[in-house]
Amino acid sequence: MQDTHLIPLPSLCTHYEIEMSFFDGLNDHGLIEIVSVEKTYCIHQDKIADLEKMIRLHQDLHLNVEGIDAVFNLLDKIDNLQTELMIAHNKLKRFEDF
Amino acid sequence: MAFIDYYKILGVDKNATKSDIKKAYRKMARKYHPDLNPNDKEAELKFKQANEANEVLSNDENRKKYDKYGENWQHGEAYEQAQQQQRQSQQQRQYQEGQQFEGFGEGEYSDFFESMFGGGFRQSRSNVKFRGQDFNANLELNLRDVYTTEKRVLTVNGKNIRLTIPAGVQDGQVIKIKGKGGPGINGGPHGDLLIEFKIVNTTEFKRDGSNLYKTVTLSLYKAVLGGDIMVDTFDGKVKLKLKPLTQNGTQVKLSGKGFPKYKKDGQFGDLYITYNVELPKKLSDKEKELFEELAKLQ
Repeated sequence: MQDTHLIPLPSLCTHYEIEMSFFDGLNDHGLIEIVSVEKTYCIHQDKIADLEKMIRLHQDLHLNVEGIDAVFNLLDKIDNLQTELMIAHNKLKRFEDF
Repeated sequence: MAFIDYYKILGVDKNATKSDIKKAYRKMARKYHPDLNPNDKEAELKFKQANEANEVLSNDENRKKYDKYGENWQHGEAYEQAQQQQRQSQQQRQYQEGQQFEGFGEGEYSDFFESMFGGGFRQSRSNVKFRGQDFNANLELNLRDVYTTEKRVLTVNGKNIRLTIPAGVQDGQVIKIKGKGGPGINGGPHGDLLIEFKIVNTTEFKRDGSNLYKTVTLSLYKAVLGGDIMVDTFDGKVKLKLKPLTQNGTQVKLSGKGFPKYKKDGQFGDLYITYNVELPKKLSDKEKELFEELAKLQ
């Protein structure tokens, strides 16, 4: 993991107007991975899109970390089911013209 | 621009308390939040509508303004005079029920909202930077196009995007191009571009993932006596040895002659050949005689 791709959490707290404890909670639930670089806690920039989604769910819907965890698990399930559906759909095409 | 009935959007009546409005908004937000309804344009629109309705109705000053001028927002203060002249009811009838949800475009707010509450109200919103919207695009390709990795230039929202399409991409598969979506809000990062592939198959091969399937028709004599046959694969021809007395429906596997495996360079699936033995449709007298001879031998 390159340091240049890491974003310091204190900047994110200011940026999104959110408390550090929120990120700690996400980290405790395994929803994000916080890394320490020279005594500064950071998150990888590839995880920003997911993190923003978590912040929106927290701010817009007042979901706590447990709720966000549940939502992410369900969204993962939907994603997997959609992939399975796509594969099944493609398998069916083999038999369409028979 | 059409009038938008914010009370109707939230499903509350005009006498609803702040608490009723908050409750109704939260219920709608949980149901239609775009993060809970990915790629659902209708949910996104309903969320925008609920958000806007909440912003107006949960703010005393704006609710008062909306209640006072709502249906006559275009006339603003002039409406006050018009009201005195008792023309209110006539004007109200100009707005039809069916127009209520028009005016919501790609932006965050409807034209109605922008016109009525404008910039002043928006300044009260936080200055938080947000990542831009994800863009969705569809790309139709022929099965032959995705047999090899290809570079293409796509034009999305007037911008040219150079794209490498890996061999083996599947029908319905979505590829994410980072940072090629909508611009961020308040200077936030760009969203992503999500491209869904539609793979059109006009070949004689059926595809299941990286495996290909093909039916080869054999004459009765070839199936009985066996011999060499030439079979078309996806990228050429192969010579196959056919065993004598090959049964109808026999399947053979040609390892590595299928479709490229997605993002696994140099790896291919298998090609499955199913033999379909075709009986003669006409027999000459001589052939019939010979078949009868054969039948007697059984």
